[in-house]
Amino acid sequence: MAALIACQNLVKRFSSPPQLGDRLARLLGRPVRPRTVYAVDDVSLEIAEGEVLGLVGESGCGKSTLGRMIAGIQPPSAGLALLDGVPVMGGGRSPVKTTTRVQMIFQDPFASLDPRMRIGDIVAEGPIANGLVSRAEAAADTAKWLAAVGLDPTAAQRYPHQFSGGQRQRVAIARALAMRPDILVCDEPVASLDVSIQAQIINLFLKLKRDLGLTMLFISHDLGLVRHISDRVAIMYLGKLVETGATQAVFENPRHPYTRALLDSMPKLRLDDADVDFKPIDGELPSPLAPPPGCHFHLRCPGMRPACRTAVPELIRSVDGRELACHYPLVGG
Amino acid sequence: MNATSPVGRFWREFCENRVALAALVVVAATILLAILAPFVVPQNPYDLASLALIDARRPPGYVGRSGFVHWLGTDAQGRDLLSAILYGLRISLQVGLAAGALAFAIGATLGAVAAFVGGRVETALMRFVDLQLSFPAILLALVLVAVLGPGRGQLIAALVAAQYAYFARTAHGAAAAERAKDYVSAALSTPIPAWQVVFRHILPNCLPPLIVVATLQVANSIALEATLSFLGLGLPVTEPSLGMLIANGFQYMLSGRYWISIYPGVALILLIVAINLVGDQVRDQLNPRLKR
Repeated sequence: MAALIACQNLVKRFSSPPQLGDRLARLLGRPVRPRTVYAVDDVSLEIAEGEVLGLVGESGCGKSTLGRMIAGIQPPSAGLALLDGVPVMGGGRSPVKTTTRVQMIFQDPFASLDPRMRIGDIVAEGPIANGLVSRAEAAADTAKWLAAVGLDPTAAQRYPHQFSGGQRQRVAIARALAMRPDILVCDEPVASLDVSIQAQIINLFLKLKRDLGLTMLFISHDLGLVRHISDRVAIMYLGKLVETGATQAVFENPRHPYTRALLDSMPKLRLDDADVDFKPIDGELPSPLAPPPGCHFHLRCPGMRPACRTAVPELIRSVDGRELACHYPLVGG
Repeated sequence: MNATSPVGRFWREFCENRVALAALVVVAATILLAILAPFVVPQNPYDLASLALIDARRPPGYVGRSGFVHWLGTDAQGRDLLSAILYGLRISLQVGLAAGALAFAIGATLGAVAAFVGGRVETALMRFVDLQLSFPAILLALVLVAVLGPGRGQLIAALVAAQYAYFARTAHGAAAAERAKDYVSAALSTPIPAWQVVFRHILPNCLPPLIVVATLQVANSIALEATLSFLGLGLPVTEPSLGMLIANGFQYMLSGRYWISIYPGVALILLIVAINLVGDQVRDQLNPRLKR
């Protein structure tokens, strides 16, 4: 399988402008620590054609930012997001997305649809603007995609506020599909929906993937969901990838302590009467403004050794195709 | 009108405030009277041939040479004041609405584009707007009218230049909030051209606060035009606006001929207060924090 999406050393920095106090300190010759957050820090990642890659991590670890760079919404600070070897966004001072082949689905369907536009216009706008359909064909095209996501064609005449969350998310999916994408970036697409609706939307994703041969980057913090939908998973912690591999292998035999801890903290339903034994990860996610030196996870890692405090572990690929960034990987399991 | 639609709900809520409703009726009646003025008034105040100095400065109720009653009296040229006021309202409303609409278009576009583009362009544009806001609008308008010369177009241009900054400020704030929302990201990632994102997505969603500013700025434009005319920098004397009527009668105030200044003044105040009341009610209704 050829890699359809390839991220090469992607970095996204956010820096706040220096404040008055900092400028004064610099004038006086004092060292000033720049207020820079590395939301995504040197991430290289590949997604093969037809694959569903699940991207997992805690809130604030940079998984949404990574998704937005791949979808061409935010330009990377450094590195490249390539689609078939071509950057998703053009260069220059104000980079613009140059492809329609990647489309994105957002977490909150109440924010991702323009409240002042009719559903039909929302779905048809992109294809018309990019010359995929003519104005005359747009209505029929919109009806086709609304039907594909299980909505009535009459929905085209209505406004977003007349729909429930699940229906709105279907509209958002129809809008993305109408662009004939090869890749969908789904940023927590069901996190804001009721559980009963979640299942419907997930099944819709699986059906669309099968019917249209879509490649997907599926961002979520819901491990159960990721296990259900993904072919491969990537675990992210504080802007860096810590482990990737085939879903089954990673879930059954995690090698990074963070992956292990995430799986252990997952609440499960048990049929026997055993005590509920999910344990939370100790501590909080460190501030990305001042990430700990060495391995970012060492403050919370149960297997921490002295080397972890100083040396940053590289993401290394092993023979079985899994990647891992840990000095002392877990064995067995 | 469907009571459950947003517009229907807005209208019903508006009607609950009797004062605002009365103000709206006053505004609507004023606009109607101004439009229909040529068919309503007994005398064309612009037609110098129909004026007679013998009718000058007559009190309200005087029956003039031409045989009709001057209900509000006449001014120093023998003009029927009621006719002059209605014709003056035409000018005031024309200038106020035109200046308001132009300032709206220019200011809203500028503010939204600045918020969308960001960076140095945004800083430069908005600092310029801030600089202008720190100037009194009347001062700027005075200078511009003095430089541009007399005429309706020049007057409107001066008012627009003095007032677009309020729209730009408001639009900038609203657009910056909209810019961060996911539907803008979605449009950009489709991709949809940037100008289309600004004009089809961001600006329409900035409309509620802009409508409020617009109502208040139209009232401001009318007051500003009257002030400029009062100071003698407005329109030519042959087409008196409300401000000029007030200025013309000013010198007769102390000799007991109050009507020449007072009645145009009352008409001006009534119009401005009514527009402001409507604007206040619209603002209250569009502010979610004041929602019951």
